[in-house]
Amino acid sequence: MPSESASSVFVVRGLAKTYVMGEVSVPALQDVDLDLYSGELVVLLGPSGSGKSTLLNILGGLDRASAGEVVCDGWNLTRAGDRELTAFRREVVGFVFQFYNLIPSLTARENVAIVTEIAADPMAPHEALDLVGLGGRLDHFPAQLSGGEQQRVAIARAIAKRPRVLLCDEPTGALDSSTGVIVLQVLERINRELGTTTAVITHNAGIAAMADRVVQMSDGRIQSIRENGSRLAPSELSW
Amino acid sequence: MSALSRKLLRETWRMRGQALAIGVVIAGGVSTLIMALASLDSLTLTRDAFYRDYRFAAVFASLKRAPEPLRESVERIPGVQRVETRVVAGVNLDIPDFEDPATGVLVSLPDGRNAELNRLFLREGRLPEPGRDQEVVASQSFADAHGFHPGDGLAAIIHGRRQRLEIVGVALSPEYIYQIKPGDIFPDYARHGIFWMNRTQLANAYDMDGAFNDLVLSLTRDARTQDVIERLDLLLEPYGGLGALAREDQLSDRYLSAELEQLQGMAKLLPGIFLGVAAFLLNVVLTRLIGTQRDQIAILKAFGYTNLQVGWHYVQWVLLIVLLGLLLGTAAGIWLAQQMAELYRDFFHFPYLEFRIASRVVGIAVLVTLAAGLLGTLTALWRAVRLPPAEAMRPEPPALYRPILIERLGLERFFSQPVRMILRNLERQPLRAGLSILGIAMGCGILMVGRFQEGALDYLIQVQYGLAQRDDLSLTFVEPTSRRAVQELAALPGVDWVEPTRSIAVRLRHAHASYRTAIQGLPPDGRLRRVLDDRLRVLEIPPEGLLISEYLAEILRVRPGDRLEVDFLEGCRDRREIAVVGVVSEWTGVSAYMDLEALDRLAGEGEAISGALIDLAPGAREAVVARLKEAPRVAGVTDRLRAIQSFTDSMVEIVLSFAFVASLLAGSIAFGVVYNNARIALTERARDLATLRVLGFGLGEIAFILLGEILVLTLLAIPVGFAIGTLLIVAIVEGVSSDLYRFPLVIEPSVYAFSALVILVSTALSGVMVARRLTRLDLVAVLKTRE
Ligand SMILES: Nc1ncnc2c1ncn2[C@@H]1O[C@H](COP(=O)(O)OP(=O)(O)O)[C@@H](O)[C@H]1O
Ligand SMILES: [Mg+2]
Repeated sequence: MPSESASSVFVVRGLAKTYVMGEVSVPALQDVDLDLYSGELVVLLGPSGSGKSTLLNILGGLDRASAGEVVCDGWNLTRAGDRELTAFRREVVGFVFQFYNLIPSLTARENVAIVTEIAADPMAPHEALDLVGLGGRLDHFPAQLSGGEQQRVAIARAIAKRPRVLLCDEPTGALDSSTGVIVLQVLERINRELGTTTAVITHNAGIAAMADRVVQMSDGRIQSIRENGSRLAPSELSW
Repeated sequence: MSALSRKLLRETWRMRGQALAIGVVIAGGVSTLIMALASLDSLTLTRDAFYRDYRFAAVFASLKRAPEPLRESVERIPGVQRVETRVVAGVNLDIPDFEDPATGVLVSLPDGRNAELNRLFLREGRLPEPGRDQEVVASQSFADAHGFHPGDGLAAIIHGRRQRLEIVGVALSPEYIYQIKPGDIFPDYARHGIFWMNRTQLANAYDMDGAFNDLVLSLTRDARTQDVIERLDLLLEPYGGLGALAREDQLSDRYLSAELEQLQGMAKLLPGIFLGVAAFLLNVVLTRLIGTQRDQIAILKAFGYTNLQVGWHYVQWVLLIVLLGLLLGTAAGIWLAQQMAELYRDFFHFPYLEFRIASRVVGIAVLVTLAAGLLGTLTALWRAVRLPPAEAMRPEPPALYRPILIERLGLERFFSQPVRMILRNLERQPLRAGLSILGIAMGCGILMVGRFQEGALDYLIQVQYGLAQRDDLSLTFVEPTSRRAVQELAALPGVDWVEPTRSIAVRLRHAHASYRTAIQGLPPDGRLRRVLDDRLRVLEIPPEGLLISEYLAEILRVRPGDRLEVDFLEGCRDRREIAVVGVVSEWTGVSAYMDLEALDRLAGEGEAISGALIDLAPGAREAVVARLKEAPRVAGVTDRLRAIQSFTDSMVEIVLSFAFVASLLAGSIAFGVVYNNARIALTERARDLATLRVLGFGLGEIAFILLGEILVLTLLAIPVGFAIGTLLIVAIVEGVSSDLYRFPLVIEPSVYAFSALVILVSTALSGVMVARRLTRLDLVAVLKTRE
């Protein structure tokens, strides 16, 4: 457990999510209790289908819980309406996804600008791109960037609005290990320098060593929460 | 500019081919709408202004002869504002260097002054001066047809006396905006003219001193036209009144109104079709666009864009294309409207043209187009708005393929794998396939409409002048004449055969319906004027009873066997009851026919004839016409064949240019639908097709899979298009049919062939344009992209 003084950003209690598809209902999350603390870097680990994305989506206000309670910084996400969730996402969360999801018709700078334009106190797009080491590729289109570079643009896009939390769903899933390391280094640096609370989903156990805490999931439940004594630098990770 | 706007512009630019194809279809709708509305506006405005400024009368009456003092009784009819008595007479014309027979109407003007009602607009020259008996003002259409200007002269045969007419002015009149000879199908400006001359001189020539035979009225604001007409008819009855007409029944005004109605119909029909197809195209393309941008929509929403903002983004895409169509269409529409209005001005002879594109017209076009664009894309837009962000992060679920019809029937072994792929794709999206078929079919239907006229007109002329009216010359006498005239005519050298005719003005009544027309008396064994049934068989003229045209039967709601009340407006002036014994099919006018002798018996006045039909020996035309022009009792000679020729010559151009514009527009519809279909099919199948290429399929084979689908759609669309075209044509034929003229519902095989051909060519063109992209299919890149 981190020091008592660290405040909770997320408080999750008794969270459940069931997908209903016609006559079958799939329990994706059951009975999840979790706190995320300010400034920490958490890795969510678990096999495919264990509910990691579902949890992250609910934390980020992309999806709604079926039961339980999720509170973030005074926002009660379980009771929020569509409009409120949108505002929450706009003000609080930055997302990074496995397939980068950049808009192909916009340059790197514009892909960041599209978010800063609707944010309250953003950094300039080029600043964010500088932070991820792409200050020289401002006017390249996604198709002109490598996978790792695209993912770094996606990170720049996520952090440019100075979000309270950064939620990353398998950010290295589509990358080879050396490119993945670069992306993780960027995430680690953002977390360290900006103090953004960061959750990273992965099914690669090797990555867990860079986290403050590791949440192990399986079958829609939290199996264990482990605290790392010290974080390893991404370059020291073994895949 | 916001990043989202940049996305919008760049993506629209990337699909500019499709955007343009849709924009052109929208432009087709916008331009036809603006053209129809604006020319409707300017035609109405111009007519109203001309009517007002030149005091177009409200009631028209002609009679045999009445003393001038009767005018005061007319003035006392409540509701009458102004009365103008006139002398009006038909004459034969003798025009220098013009061999064909020509007729004219002489209309009196108050000596040395312009008329009080139906005032002349002088284009050139001046009005006749008082006391000058040769001076006339000629109608502009006639003057133009012969290149006449003030100073030129011609001759008229007035009461058998040849009189020189000196043109001192060229004018337009609100009374003759559409200058057609009663009973003719088409206007013939060279062979029929209107002339205005001093009342005193005209009255002298016709023994009308101190008398009149024509009357026009204007009414007070609160007058009831029908009441005035009833009292006027009573008053004129003893003087050979033929029944007064309200303005709506006046010939020129009626043609004008019919034209306006057609424009109105067009203002609804064509834009409706174009915008409907455009809406469908927008929907298909936007649905596809939103399908491929699911993850982008999700990202926008994940980062806090509201549903509304995302929806607006795609609405803007629709607006951009609609705007493109509006710009193209408005420009084309204004240009077309101007051309159209000028055509009308010249065709109808207005002195001026009140042309303006009212902001209301453009406003309507903008609103209608926006509504079509947005309504058409509502479902697609709604999907983008509703897409839950978490859901959208996952790629679209792979398409669900089921065994298709031929497989369920166990017939698949008869089809090759590519053919099966084509059929599967079609069956998988039946709605889209169905709407595509409908869209292409609409194009095909419009093409048929564009082509139909030409064939129908040919047919009409063939029937009317090949089967029904077969005389070389027809002449009318100044007044009912003895039968002996027939022998006299037959004795003229060059005349092969003569048949008498008698025409008597009547009012036919049945129950509450009534109609004013003339009964034509024909000899029972006549060969020059024959009546036909609906299957073009020649009908025998029965010894008793009336044959009436189909259209008249409809107006009066009678069938063979019913009896009509007939008020004779000439001759005995009695009311008789006559049985309807048959129905005649006829494309122009509304007539009734009966046996000449039977008509004589009913009408009294013995065996009189009012006209004759002449069959000429080859080469005798000129000599006979020259003789007839001089004949004292002959009021007018008409050479139908010549008239038809000149008309078809001038009409061919109009019909062809209409057909050309229609083909262009319809072709653009077909092209738009097919091109968009093909492009979407290409984006949807790029991976499959590239995979097939990797597996060793040739370019031709994958082109077949891609384009085969389109070809199947087109082939299915053509018969549907034939059905739609036929329906449109039926609607148009019914829409334009009036007692003035009807269009035969005859669709020549060439109409079908042409329409199908244009559709196939459009398909081939867009197919080629899309197929060219297949050669650029990047096999490696396509296989790498995730989907
Ligand atoms: N939209 C959905 N509809 C139905 N089932 C879903 C949906 N999303 C996820 N699931 C199911 O929920 C479970 C958890 O999925 P997910 O959270 O994506 O797992 P993970 O990210 O750990 O691989 C899986 O069984 C998955 O099939
Ligand atoms: Mg996942």
